Amino acid sequence: MTGEAGASPEKITIIVHSGDFDKVYSAFIIGNGALAMGMEASLFFTFWGLGRLKKGQLDKGPLSKMHMWGLGKLMIKSRMKKAKVVSLERLAQDFKELGGKILACDMTMDIMGISPEDLRQDLIEEYCAVGTYIAEARSSTVTLFI
Amino acid sequence: MVDCRGETCPVPLVEARKALRKASPGDVVEVVGTHPSSKKEIPMAMEALGLEVLGIEGEEGGEWKIRIKR
Repeated sequence: MTGEAGASPEKITIIVHSGDFDKVYSAFIIGNGALAMGMEASLFFTFWGLGRLKKGQLDKGPLSKMHMWGLGKLMIKSRMKKAKVVSLERLAQDFKELGGKILACDMTMDIMGISPEDLRQDLIEEYCAVGTYIAEARSSTVTLFI
Repeated sequence: MVDCRGETCPVPLVEARKALRKASPGDVVEVVGTHPSSKKEIPMAMEALGLEVLGIEGEEGGEWKIRIKR
């Protein structure tokens, strides 16, 4: 074997529409798994998902179910800690290190009055719209909407 | 050697990939862990990457060690 796979690698594109804590976890875990297995990966953050890219907000989303005014999330977080699940911040850093792309939807930024200065520019590769998503998605073998 | 003992999904897979990216062709990377699914998923990833798995050791449900040639 001569090492890393040849030809152009397969690609996964994930729309992160939800800003829910658990769903953002799913997006990053799947994205990291894909990169680790030799695929390219893009996460397109839009609508509620984009809120998670604001500074200090990555792990601040509610649970998609049983949030119970924060009580459910507290419980899940403590169980995740016990199970040694790594933080979203760590997953985001690994995602970047393995060459994953994080894209921010600029229409959502307009709607919500978010400027690039409000966002984690250290994580974001590009500010873009649906055309960029489609350009990425049409050459992807896997696409997910979370 | 990459020590992922006690770590869960997706860390062993990601750490194996990170180590292989840093390794030079011909290097042997050893990954040690306890997460059961990673024991079969790391070799799956290596197949996808076209890398050779030199050996998989360890008891069912216990600590495992996978050796990979970059």
